[in-house]
Amino acid sequence: MSEPCFTLDGEDVPFVPGDTLLQAARRAGHYIPHLCWHPDFRAHGSCRICTVRVNGRMAAACAVQASEGLAVENHTEELDAQRKTLLQMLFIEGNHFCPSCEKSGNCLLQATAYQMGMEGPHFEEFYPDRPVDASHPDILLDFNRCILCELCVRASHEIDGKNVFAIAGHGIGTHLVVNSDSGQLGDTDMALTDRAAGICPVGVILPKRRGFVIPIGERRYDQDSVAEPGRQEAS
Amino acid sequence: MTTTLTPYPAHGPRKLKVATVSLAGCFGCHMSFLDIDERLLELIEHIEFDRSPLTDIKTVGHCDLGLIEGGLCNAENVQVLREFRAHCKTLVAVGACAINGGLPAQRNHLDLGRLLTDVYPQGVPNDPELPLLLNHVHPIHEVVHVDYFLPGCPPSADAFWSFLTDLMAGRTPHLGHGLIHYD
Repeated sequence: MSEPCFTLDGEDVPFVPGDTLLQAARRAGHYIPHLCWHPDFRAHGSCRICTVRVNGRMAAACAVQASEGLAVENHTEELDAQRKTLLQMLFIEGNHFCPSCEKSGNCLLQATAYQMGMEGPHFEEFYPDRPVDASHPDILLDFNRCILCELCVRASHEIDGKNVFAIAGHGIGTHLVVNSDSGQLGDTDMALTDRAAGICPVGVILPKRRGFVIPIGERRYDQDSVAEPGRQEAS
Repeated sequence: MTTTLTPYPAHGPRKLKVATVSLAGCFGCHMSFLDIDERLLELIEHIEFDRSPLTDIKTVGHCDLGLIEGGLCNAENVQVLREFRAHCKTLVAVGACAINGGLPAQRNHLDLGRLLTDVYPQGVPNDPELPLLLNHVHPIHEVVHVDYFLPGCPPSADAFWSFLTDLMAGRTPHLGHGLIHYD
């Protein structure tokens, strides 16, 4: 008996029961752009970069269960244009100065924007005021780059069992917070070896004293595009 | 400031006129442009420079293409940008500073007056020749329409070459993987 399949841009994609569209597509070597999804964590569905058209209706590929016969459109001019707009909004809502970011070249946001052909921000910059937190001896937090994917929140809660991070506020005031009386990372029990310390897809959570260990030009997405298998997620 | 325009000269089989300028930038984009090296000889067969640090011409004439490096940090930057927009059929934001403010924009969450008094503790210079600083640094697309963006800090020489050869051939420039970089 053949495996059940759905189609992705006209190609058959096999799946196993319980798979989401994104899980099955990724296993089959296809690239559905995403930021807040990671194979080690449950789907979050917040970034909406993975939005696809399923039987004519828009849906988040990370959250929709695969089922036999679904017709999924992924790389269409319309969907990729909408993804580019979402990326442009993420860039202007934070302070994403790539040339001065240690994560540049290893950044999933940046690499996804390259893949979607984002050449400029299009919108007016917000330039929010988001002070950094350098209180931890081994880890720097630069909130300027946060895209609210909650991967650090999930990693800290589900793997590290520490609940170091949370998302607070509403609307445009939504922001990442640290769970300590002072609000400073240095007053938590976070360690550099925690899963949360390495999961950030952008340059918010950075290890100290490791700047430019890998030279610019030799970094992850300098070598391969984000669409390559094994390059689609934050480390 | 309003700029009065005369009609563009009719197109003919002539070289494209190109103007370049650095606003609140470091000239790194211009240096990277020059890094196209011997390809400059081929380029100069197809273009001629108007206002540019490369020619030292001080005013911009009617041009086909304007390449703008740097963002807007003072009133003179805004005036020059508007003159470029009025005189260039196609305007290109070149590099991180022109596109999102870049390094100069990292002062935007600081108080400008405090910055000046910190940097000039003996007294802030106050000469009429010094252009008035803007409270915030802005990318150029927030003031004028920009036709194309050439990202990078700086864009690589190959990115410049690919971009310009596409434009000269009448194609929409497309920077694929390896040429599109924000750093």
